[in-house]
Amino acid sequence: MIHYEINSLKELRAGMGDGLIEAGKRNSQVVALSADVKGSVKMDGFAKAYPDRFIQCGIAEANMVGIAAGLSLCGKVPFVGGFAEFVTGRVYDQIRQVMCYSNKNVKICGSHAGISLGEDGATHQTMEDIALMRVLPNMTVLVPADYNQARAATLAAAEHVGPVYLRLGRSKMPCFLPEDGSCPADNTPFVIGKAQILNPGTDITLIACGHLVWEALQAAAMLENGGIHAEVINIHTIKPLDTEAIIASARKTRAVVTCEEHLYNGGLGDAVAQTLALHCPTPMEYVAVDDRFGESGTPDEMLTNYHLRAADIMEKAHKALKRKQ
Amino acid sequence: MKTTQELQTIATQVRRDILRMTTAAKSGHPGGSLGTADWMTAMQFNILQHDPDHFTMDGNGQDMLFVSQGHITPVIYSTMARRGFFPVDELRTFRQFGTRLQGHPSTEHRLPGIRMASGSLGQGLSVGIGAALGKKMTADNHLVYTLHGDGELQEGQIWEAVMFAGAKHVDNLIATIDYNHQQIDGTTTQVMDLGDLRAKFEAFMWSVVVISNGNDMQQVLDGMAQAKALAGQGRPVCVILTTEMGYGVDFMQGTNKYHGSVLSADDLPKALAQLPETIGDF
Repeated sequence: MIHYEINSLKELRAGMGDGLIEAGKRNSQVVALSADVKGSVKMDGFAKAYPDRFIQCGIAEANMVGIAAGLSLCGKVPFVGGFAEFVTGRVYDQIRQVMCYSNKNVKICGSHAGISLGEDGATHQTMEDIALMRVLPNMTVLVPADYNQARAATLAAAEHVGPVYLRLGRSKMPCFLPEDGSCPADNTPFVIGKAQILNPGTDITLIACGHLVWEALQAAAMLENGGIHAEVINIHTIKPLDTEAIIASARKTRAVVTCEEHLYNGGLGDAVAQTLALHCPTPMEYVAVDDRFGESGTPDEMLTNYHLRAADIMEKAHKALKRKQ
Repeated sequence: MKTTQELQTIATQVRRDILRMTTAAKSGHPGGSLGTADWMTAMQFNILQHDPDHFTMDGNGQDMLFVSQGHITPVIYSTMARRGFFPVDELRTFRQFGTRLQGHPSTEHRLPGIRMASGSLGQGLSVGIGAALGKKMTADNHLVYTLHGDGELQEGQIWEAVMFAGAKHVDNLIATIDYNHQQIDGTTTQVMDLGDLRAKFEAFMWSVVVISNGNDMQQVLDGMAQAKALAGQGRPVCVILTTEMGYGVDFMQGTNKYHGSVLSADDLPKALAQLPETIGDF
């Protein structure tokens, strides 16, 4: 089992913010827009570094998405920042018409995503955004695993031509990947659409995204103690999904668990299930949130009480292993 | 540049195109298309500084037009074809399977002249603001024009955009409202009274130009020239363009009946008899 350790605790939204400053330095066409939450979504650094390229839109997300699409026409690379729920669900039809159907080079940065947002409660804890964004034609959906990868994903999004949704959490989470967001197991760089096999294994495949990648690594370590060799895949790109990597791993291990800070319905699990059903039917279990809304509590309490911990992943792994025979 | 009379002649042909396209397709939106035919003709031929032979997505060095109420594709496509963006004969394909002339404007089908999909209402002003800001950032002093239905002003996003453009001094933007008082479920007064539009826009720090008869070509030209003269003075410009839905055919005028329904093959000749062929049917 490849050993991973926590280098620091950092917010993924800050990874985006720091990545955006660097993207702005590399490409003068990069611009940023926010709806009265530039500090919350960590765009204040960019706004300070490039005041002429930051557009304060006020509390008006629909207008912000339209403005971004208009800017993209003139060769700009707009990054739209807001709370994930309000820059996805609230503006779904805008994203559909002027970003995806019109295929514009606009990037949506959704901070405060997932139940680990904690105290703010269910109005702000979107657990539907991956589902909403991944069904849109032309959209690319990125769910980085830690601060470093959030930074790398931001830089990759800036270079990618086309609409992108970048999902980011608010809370401080383990930072365990290299600075460039690459895969330590095989030193492959962060590439949109290319899964990272963080730990090769033979008995079961754990496919995780976002904050749950760290939990999956912990689960793999616990399984290893019981003599079970788990393969851990960090699927930072939900769309386009690296189906090749998923199929290859499922053919090898014959059991799969998906792990996401999202509802069961429509998220990573469903994307993987579809791939397996079509190409390689395999016993599979979901670690995800039931068909329900969240509530207030600390981020830790949320992850534990909504069964998104390493222990929960391990439990589902045993369930999948039983179904293997 | 065309003379007023030449523009009127083209607009009459555009109205024939609108009716023939929609009846052939057995669907589409002739009412609002007929009402805005004069404005759209004036825009395509005289007002917009653009080049149909060298259409670019970025519109750099050219004016841009976004029609926010995408359902009036009959007038959009007819005036674009007549201006030379694509062959006039292609108007035959309107709403047919495989066409570039989709029911509502699309970029996916790569029709020269279309920069953004529209159809879901209320979004074009925001897009226009973005393009206008983009022009400012790239030091392009050309203008961005938008067109909106008056019923469309009931969409909340419009007012987000109106507030933004006024507050942020987007003064290279000219938004025209097709003020025909009609929408699908009745008159705008019946459905949702728009109140004093001029006062509303002025309260949001816009300059306002009123064209009292948007079906009079000279008034359209004069009003749009006035709007253009107001650009660059710190305020976005709103043009309230009073039109009559269905204008040009007596039995189609002043009703919302033909907003989204078309003439039957039997009724079409009666309407065309009121609109003589001028520069040639497609």
